[in-house]
Amino acid sequence: MVNQTYALETDKETLLAMYREMLLARRIDERMWLLNRSGSIPFVVSCQGQEALQIAASFALNKERDYVLPYYRDLGVVIHFGMTTREIFLQAYAKGEDPNSGGRQMPSHFGQKKNRIVTGSSPVTTQVPHAAGIALAAKMEKNPAVSFVTMGEGSSNQGDFHEGLNFAGVHKLPVIFMVENNKYAISVPLNKQVACENISDRAIGYGMKGIKVDGNEAIEVYEAVKEAHERALNGEGPTLIETVSYRLTPHSSDDDDSTYRTKDEVASEKSKDGIERFKQFLIDKGYLTDSFNEELETTIKQEINDATEYAENAPFADVSTLSNHVYGQKEDH
Amino acid sequence: MAILTYIQAVKQALKEEMEQNEKVFVLGEDVGKKGGVFLATEGLYDQFGEERVIDTPLAESAIAGVGIGAAMYGMRPVAEMQFADFIMPAVNQIISEAARIRYRSNNDWHCPITIRAPYGAGVHGGLYHSQSIEAIFANQPGLKIVMPSNPYDVKGLLKAAIRDDDPVLFLEHKRAYRLLKEEVPETDYTLPIGKADVKREGEDVTVITYGLCVHFAKQAAEKLELEGISTEILDLRTVYPLDQQAIIEAASKTGKVLLVTEDNKEGSIIGEVSAIISENCLFDLDAPVKRLAGPDVPATSFAAPLEKEFLVSAEKIEQAIRELAEF
Repeated sequence: MVNQTYALETDKETLLAMYREMLLARRIDERMWLLNRSGSIPFVVSCQGQEALQIAASFALNKERDYVLPYYRDLGVVIHFGMTTREIFLQAYAKGEDPNSGGRQMPSHFGQKKNRIVTGSSPVTTQVPHAAGIALAAKMEKNPAVSFVTMGEGSSNQGDFHEGLNFAGVHKLPVIFMVENNKYAISVPLNKQVACENISDRAIGYGMKGIKVDGNEAIEVYEAVKEAHERALNGEGPTLIETVSYRLTPHSSDDDDSTYRTKDEVASEKSKDGIERFKQFLIDKGYLTDSFNEELETTIKQEINDATEYAENAPFADVSTLSNHVYGQKEDH
Repeated sequence: MAILTYIQAVKQALKEEMEQNEKVFVLGEDVGKKGGVFLATEGLYDQFGEERVIDTPLAESAIAGVGIGAAMYGMRPVAEMQFADFIMPAVNQIISEAARIRYRSNNDWHCPITIRAPYGAGVHGGLYHSQSIEAIFANQPGLKIVMPSNPYDVKGLLKAAIRDDDPVLFLEHKRAYRLLKEEVPETDYTLPIGKADVKREGEDVTVITYGLCVHFAKQAAEKLELEGISTEILDLRTVYPLDQQAIIEAASKTGKVLLVTEDNKEGSIIGEVSAIISENCLFDLDAPVKRLAGPDVPATSFAAPLEKEFLVSAEKIEQAIRELAEF
């Protein structure tokens, strides 16, 4: 459990900003599904059920300095680190202006250098050693930056998980490894993925602290990441954080989750949705009113409408660019 | 000018690049205090310290992957695989990551890592300390594969690899490490990656090869010269992507081409060289393109006679050139 001495140092405005980003991520994701089901975009892979923990974790980082290595569900992380709604729709439509890849990669393969969002791929967990390498470089350069890398719990079984965490542990690197345990690796449930009780228990084998938190409790996640961030900056090395939530959608737009889990199970998990809980927390504190919430929904909807329209009308990359940037040229740098 | 062995040239290139650019660092198993199992990094630990000459855990995917992360940050890592045979756990990092980072990010990110690995047989290394692994990586656009044949080229090409803005797989023939020595300038020079090099001018037969086989081809050519057979030798230097122009010119010059590799024959680098020649040089050829390569067995054996039987040698090259000359 979390060290309670790291109480949330956030004011009303920050908490509302967190809520806004969670809501934005959810509404963007919902729009993607609509666009996919209506035949406008070929593919969606979702963040639903993980937005609250992604945004909470991101708020505990230094957005101006830290490096993030998100996995494909981390829409919340990239939103916080500066990717705009328009840019997110440009990548969903695979348009030339997409800053992630110019339409080359499938959606949600994030990367944007100016915001230190490190480019990722589809084979899972390859980003974990990269996070160690970035932290190693930052340490060598005496740059007080932390590298924050996320993955699903399925990834915790890959060799690169072991190799990356071990390297970071041996060299006491400023890395935060956050496993977003959403209980499924596509169709394979947690009990067929791992035999240990907690993914966070694996930390001991790498000589680092392991923390498990309820991923639907944004404040808990914030505090855990904040503590890990301070530890990283103090030269105390990496931390493994496991957040437990649930994947509310099928794995992707090509998956039918009714073949491996029940509607009742999904409904029961949905009632624990982190965004709803955070919303209630803000209402209870008197920070969020119905009218403000409505206003927020309206502006987000407008932002999404504008972004969708822009992206839909934007051109694809010209086919003459297919062979560009296989290798660098002198003028690139 | 000092006489350096192949491996001393490796060491000199590393040392000079680390002196010139503090972003250059070395990581790998046993590269620190021990100076590497072949002593390629000997003395670097004492000169540059443990932060820039990093002994890593025994985990090849992390050696490559951590290097890739550091390269994306802006460093110039030189990662060492202790033997090329052990690069397999790192293949995902090299192919799915390093080779694709620039392309997949549409030039937003790039990955200037050099991965060094000793390959090749002739040192009683058995199946897993002898292999040629270049063909595994030789259809991965985004990656460059450099395989120098002699100490002078080692220094110039390794320095160029470290300065290159893209990932370079730098394969060093382990038997060449102490077998080959020559004068190597102490000055700072680089050689172009992506360019082949004519190692010997000749009129009758063209040999196109790379790595240690260049040395054997030179020995064969010297002997055949006494018989009046004149051999052109083109050293590919970079085996991916290939220098097509140089291959076409060298093949067209004599019209008789022998392609040589230590690797297994089927699916090897020289198969692609042959394809380039057939596409471009049909009317300049005076004989079928001939290939001399290792047999299609998994790798060399530990037992000396079996290893010798597997390997390309100066004698085998000499015989193949003679046959072509007489065609």
